[in-house]
Amino acid sequence: METINELSFEAAFDQLEDVLAQLESGELSLEEQVTMSEKGKLLASRCQNLLDNAELRIKKLESDGTLSG
Amino acid sequence: MSDIYSVEGVTAYIRSLFETDPPLQDIWVQGEVSNMKAAASGHWYFTIKDSKASLKCVMFRSSAERQIIEPRDGEEIRVHGRVSVYEQRGEYQLYADEVQPAGGIGDLYQRFEQLKAQLQEEGLFDQSRKQPLPPFPLRIGVVTSPDAATFRDVQNVLARRFPLAEVILSPTLVQGLEAPPLIVRAINLLNQHDAADVILLVRGGGSIEDLWAFNDETVARTVADSRIPIVSGVGHETDFTIADFVSDFRAPTPSAAAEIATPNRDDMRLEIDRKVETMLRLIGDNIAERQSDLNLMERNLSSVSPLRYIQDMRQRVDDMSERMGSQTRRNLALLRERLETRQKALDNASPDNLLKRGYAIVTRSDDGKTITSTNDAPVGSGITIRLQDGEVAARIEDKESHGNYKRTLF
Repeated sequence: METINELSFEAAFDQLEDVLAQLESGELSLEEQVTMSEKGKLLASRCQNLLDNAELRIKKLESDGTLSG
Repeated sequence: MSDIYSVEGVTAYIRSLFETDPPLQDIWVQGEVSNMKAAASGHWYFTIKDSKASLKCVMFRSSAERQIIEPRDGEEIRVHGRVSVYEQRGEYQLYADEVQPAGGIGDLYQRFEQLKAQLQEEGLFDQSRKQPLPPFPLRIGVVTSPDAATFRDVQNVLARRFPLAEVILSPTLVQGLEAPPLIVRAINLLNQHDAADVILLVRGGGSIEDLWAFNDETVARTVADSRIPIVSGVGHETDFTIADFVSDFRAPTPSAAAEIATPNRDDMRLEIDRKVETMLRLIGDNIAERQSDLNLMERNLSSVSPLRYIQDMRQRVDDMSERMGSQTRRNLALLRERLETRQKALDNASPDNLLKRGYAIVTRSDDGKTITSTNDAPVGSGITIRLQDGEVAARIEDKESHGNYKRTLF
């Protein structure tokens, strides 16, 4: 759970979709559903956080394939 | 003797004659190219001629790098510019700012249409070739000129919409004859190093000639072959280049390309909120569903519960005791009835009744024992005979058994 705050946006968003899919499957016990929804809320706030604090980064691709600031 | 002029003075005068003559300052000249020379400085020097005359031409780098065709010796071209004097050499020449094929701009359109038709026939414009754009392009390759305002516009759009992304600039020239190979190289570089999730191929607005690099066949094939999806945004909304036809998505402008390629941050916030809502609703639904399952189970359970059984049994016991009670009452009545019958029978059988009917009870006088046999009282013993209305005393005189009579006289 604590690693959620280290996830990339894409990973957190993917996991959030996964949580939804699992909840929609209707195959979880009530206890698992509650655990899942807690996880989902954390994932969502991770995504929102990343969106709020993101700053566009600009890199230049050099001819040898390296990136320079 | 008339005035003496300096060379410089007369040359300057001649030059002023050229430069104050309007037709010479805005003129198209057609001829065959010779002595074409592209200097290291980027300037072009060439001569155009016909069978009767020749005209020296120079095109400075600032114009040369914007041209879409290059003068080649022996080719017929049109040159636009102004005629003036190169004073050091005392030569007049055409200061060119634009060259066109002999057929003029119409030739360009013809080439454009030919290439377009050819690529279309090869299937390079087919929808089936178009690659989908990634929903979250975290690395956005931008193939454009880093100096142009266009790149700044694109950055602004990306910073506003999807600041999670990293912009990977793959720099190139975007106009002139050198642009196509550089555009090709910039796209290939991104692909070779797998450096982006999507590529924006963009250039700001300009004349049709300015955008011509995007009608280059090699550029078109490179865009079509790119493994990374490409969004093209070249010029203005009304400009269509070959690159637009082969790209995976054609945007009307560079800014639009940046918008099309990215999700909007505000939309994403909403989407995430919606996901959370959906999640909570699902759980709410599930809980409600389980609640109703539970209610159903409770009902089912109560129908088989021991409590119910006990209640049933109690009722049956009540029933039974009720039935038992009435049965008992019936039995008692029956018993009473039978008792009365017996009583009656008993009454009928009572000694008094027998005596009334003429029977007598005989007892021995000495011990009062009832005599039922001839052997119970010896001859000469006293007996008492009980009759209906009292007793009489008597004495046995003789004994006579049945079947063997011996008459006894008193």
